[in-house]
Amino acid sequence: MIQARIAKRFPPQPDSAEFSLEIEFQAGAGVTALFGPSGAGKTLTLDSIAGFARPDSGRIMLDDEILFDAASHVSLRPQERHCGYVFQNYALFPHMTIRQNLVFAADRHPRLERHRRVNEMLERFHLTDVPGRRPHEVSGGQKQRCSIARALIGSPRLLLLDEPARGLDAPLRAELYALLRKIRAEFAIPILLVTHDLEECFELAEEMLILRGGRIVQSGAPREILEQPASVEVARLVGISNLFEAEITALDPGRNTSRVKFQSHEIMGTYFPGHLRGDRVWLCVRAEDLRAVGQNGSRPEPNQVSAKLLRISERPQSVRLEFAGDISVDMPRQEFERQKDNKDWMIEFPPNALRVL
Amino acid sequence: MAVNWFPLWLSLRVAALATLISLALGLWIAYLLANRRFRGKELLDAVVTLPLVLPPTVLGYYLLVVLGRMSPVGRVYEWAFGGPLVFTWQAAVLASTLHAIPLLVKSARAAFETVDRSFEKAARNLGASDWRVFWRVTLPLSRRAVVAATVLAFARALGDFGATLMIAGDIPGKTQTAAIAIYDAVEGGDTLVARVLVLALSVVAIAIVYAANRLQQRQVAG
Repeated sequence: MIQARIAKRFPPQPDSAEFSLEIEFQAGAGVTALFGPSGAGKTLTLDSIAGFARPDSGRIMLDDEILFDAASHVSLRPQERHCGYVFQNYALFPHMTIRQNLVFAADRHPRLERHRRVNEMLERFHLTDVPGRRPHEVSGGQKQRCSIARALIGSPRLLLLDEPARGLDAPLRAELYALLRKIRAEFAIPILLVTHDLEECFELAEEMLILRGGRIVQSGAPREILEQPASVEVARLVGISNLFEAEITALDPGRNTSRVKFQSHEIMGTYFPGHLRGDRVWLCVRAEDLRAVGQNGSRPEPNQVSAKLLRISERPQSVRLEFAGDISVDMPRQEFERQKDNKDWMIEFPPNALRVL
Repeated sequence: MAVNWFPLWLSLRVAALATLISLALGLWIAYLLANRRFRGKELLDAVVTLPLVLPPTVLGYYLLVVLGRMSPVGRVYEWAFGGPLVFTWQAAVLASTLHAIPLLVKSARAAFETVDRSFEKAARNLGASDWRVFWRVTLPLSRRAVVAATVLAFARALGDFGATLMIAGDIPGKTQTAAIAIYDAVEGGDTLVARVLVLALSVVAIAIVYAANRLQQRQVAG
């Protein structure tokens, strides 16, 4: 279990604005993703935990050991923190072979034990073909596995991963995800994963902390966050493209219904607890929850609005239709094949897909 | 007349010792400059660079003031070793060291600073002490630049004239290095000795510069 409360201020510099990190979280065994745009403070958080950056105030605890406590001036050196760290570029020592990289990391152990561990790790991470090669002589996947093996060989109580999938092509990415799932199962330690890839969060993380501007703006299971983002900011960060300024025009808790007006449309949704009639809100709908159909002369049914199609962009599994009024609809490939000759379009807003923020 | 080879041997011996001392001292200073934050850091850098920019005679004068028989350091040395430091070959080593050290510090600092910090971070994260990080990661990764700088430092130590003359003097068979012997030979009209020594020093210098270049090219390539 890692518990961290970290505050650090950077005064404004000629080439950068003022930045402050102020976060508090805890994470148990399993993968916790630190998700957010560049400059949100994700790597700084890892560096504070690993001991490479010194917070101004706060406290970091790993299991029942204090790694850092500003109040009592405790700050363990990075060497004493026992955090496995997989760096962004892997940071494998280029002048050492794969085996030597592991031996270096197993230095705490006596000779025989060290030898046993290194062999075990080489085997476990499928590196037995290349122990005598230097990092630049092995494949990307082998480098990646070696760096993870090196971070784990000292039996750390916490694993920190800084954007491990950055710059990897799709097959290597899949391999990495499989490996990390295996590690999650075999080592019962907290794993903090820095990423700015939402799909990676869904692939790997039980918990997700969304960072922005040095603050955690929301935390929870990835699915929950996508279902109910806490703010427009979060909705944008998790890629929800339909965000409209709207007004609640009716609320009926008895029938579990509501009416929301946005642009020139008025549509029906479920009851929104905690809101009042007349509230100015953000209406938030995921593009894959909207349906687009051909108008074919018929009049719009309730919760359908007609809109002009502006642009189509292809995705691997679906097609994104962009309509006037900044409405985006994701449509499965096959359905689009059937509907692509439509001249006029209507967009259907399923009532239970509407969220207000 | 037979050529006296003593000055050349003395020069090589003095330069080798001076190189060793500058290597030990220079790497340490370069490490401090590259890795630590302390007050007066850039001042230390400037002081270490001084021998590179000052005339050697100025350097020699400073040495005389600091190490002379009247100075505290000179007296302590005399008390400890039973003889003055000035006008001995040991003083020549000191002068050559001072002459060579800026090159080493400058190159080693630059080399240490270009080592990707993430390697050092990774090493510390894996439990390595600062000492081990330096010997196992930082130094091997900047090995070629350091070796090249050492070779150049040796060449510079070999070539010192002014500072050595000021503090070690020109005592034939005792402190007369090759550079000084050449000057003496030319002054005394002994062109044969001058030519032989000039040729010998040139050959050594060319070999050294060639080796240094080779090393640096390998670094760029590798």
